[in-house]
Amino acid sequence: MPSVYLDHAATTPLDPRVLEVMLPYLKDRFGNPSSFHTLGKQAKDAIDEARSSIAEILGARPDELLFTSSGTESDNLAVLGYARANQKTGKHLITSLIEHHAVLEAVMHLEKKEGFQVTYLSPDKEGLITPEQVARALREDTILVSIMAANNEIGTIQPISEIGNVIQKFRQEKGRAWPVFHTDACQATGFFPLNVEKLHVDLLTINGSKMYGPKGVGVLYVKRGIKLQPLLFGGPQERGLRPGTEHVAGIVGMARAFELVQGDLQHESERLIPLRDELIEGIIKTIPKVRLNGHRTKRLPNNVNISFMDIEGEALLLYLDAAGIFSSTGSACTSASLDPSHVILALGMPYEVAHGSLRFTLGHATTKEDIAYVLETLPPLVAKLRSISPVRVDEKYFR
Amino acid sequence: MADVSSRDKTQSWFYTDIVKDHFFHPRNFMHEQADETQYNAIGKVGSPACGDELRVWMKVDPTTERITDFHWRTFGCGSAIASTSMASVMVTENGGMTLEQARQLKPQDIMERLGGLPQRKFHCSVLCDKALRDAINDYYRRSGQTDKILVEAFRIIDQVSKVTDHDIEEAVLDGAHTIELVQQKTKVGIGNPSCLPAVEELIRFYKEKYFG
Repeated sequence: MPSVYLDHAATTPLDPRVLEVMLPYLKDRFGNPSSFHTLGKQAKDAIDEARSSIAEILGARPDELLFTSSGTESDNLAVLGYARANQKTGKHLITSLIEHHAVLEAVMHLEKKEGFQVTYLSPDKEGLITPEQVARALREDTILVSIMAANNEIGTIQPISEIGNVIQKFRQEKGRAWPVFHTDACQATGFFPLNVEKLHVDLLTINGSKMYGPKGVGVLYVKRGIKLQPLLFGGPQERGLRPGTEHVAGIVGMARAFELVQGDLQHESERLIPLRDELIEGIIKTIPKVRLNGHRTKRLPNNVNISFMDIEGEALLLYLDAAGIFSSTGSACTSASLDPSHVILALGMPYEVAHGSLRFTLGHATTKEDIAYVLETLPPLVAKLRSISPVRVDEKYFR
Repeated sequence: MADVSSRDKTQSWFYTDIVKDHFFHPRNFMHEQADETQYNAIGKVGSPACGDELRVWMKVDPTTERITDFHWRTFGCGSAIASTSMASVMVTENGGMTLEQARQLKPQDIMERLGGLPQRKFHCSVLCDKALRDAINDYYRRSGQTDKILVEAFRIIDQVSKVTDHDIEEAVLDGAHTIELVQQKTKVGIGNPSCLPAVEELIRFYKEKYFG
């Protein structure tokens, strides 16, 4: 049976070239970077080199990067760390309703437990946040804006550099150094350049597991001069902002992975966009009552998110799984909370549309044959599940 | 939900082989071309907003009052489909259950025949017993035996999900002490938020009753 992995937004396989540079640090070069001997120095040098390499690609200085355990930790450190360290300046935050939960739940925690006020921007029906929306939401006491670069569920690409511009102008007019701008760019690492100057961002999150690098490692870019309060305590590592013995092999692997994906941006995008479009158009053409979630063109080259009316996502996911196609769903049934996707609900869609959503995310290994196999397999499975469903979703939701 | 939840073998397939069999090969589902008039009772529970909706069509032999035919359609996840399919087998096998027997069918009985379900799936996806009781009442209504119509022994709190006060009591006993946790277990109010104040009141009541 074929095995077609279309869940790259969840995680990517490790690039063999990345594994190669990691292996020595999992074997002979096992030293603790804080140790004052040759093995320790070896590990410290490796981290320094990785830091410089990532900084160069981001257009940042090496001392502006913090290594963390994940995208989630970087997001938490950016939001909680910045808000707590700067709450005397103001207690208003701006974010969007379609952020990753690592941002959304951190912000909600600050709102519920620590006396912050939050403005949640609603995306339009296609999943876009506009710079004007951000401009209107800015207040005297706004200290932080966090908007993701590209959405993990529906792939929508936000106008980050324009939003950054709006915030910069606001700061200039007021003659002050806040509010600062954070973006979670985890899903974007393989698809567009991430120069922090050009994006006008002050804090930026990336992680290893979405770029053919290792899991368990993330980076937070923190512009010089920005104060954070650490989440962890107990050591001088990462300037005391992220104590704990460094995941040396992971850091080395992440640097290599970032070089590789950022060096191949254009080629990979040009290869994937036609495959993505073939899948979208194929589904729309062959299956009635479907809806593409997210903007048609302002979306990641690898993201396809479709709601299949009248059926429930988990059931379809499992039927596809049995056919060797690996996807994911915004249906409540696969989430711990039993709530369907907050992102699709935020597009103004009713619960039944969110329950029927399925996400396919393409990657390095995806071929034209894979797409053809999905297009051949999917229609009869959808038809079968529809035939046993009593639901007939109103056509105004998929026209 | 951190990310869109990913396909994860260990999680998706804590479904047993029997569940998988009924999910991939559902028994007795109602074909689209089927003739609804040959059934003498119908039942319904849930709504797509809650993530599950179930309709059943039942044929009862008027002399024996046994269920001779039972078909269904389900909108829902793997365990919702499998548990409905299994229930349809259980009520019609061995000459069919009598209506009185069928009335006693519990979600636990269906789950047992399926060889178990993930804990998290149990409360929300096993709905067929409710649809079945709805259909039994419908049969008595249509056959003029209105004295046999049983209003649920328990009070229905949410007309959409048909969650009863007893369901909420069980959820609280299971450790769900907030409205969010009770919703995770029962889906009460998800398609019908107007019932939530009543739910909150009940949670308080049962918490005090059992936990002081």
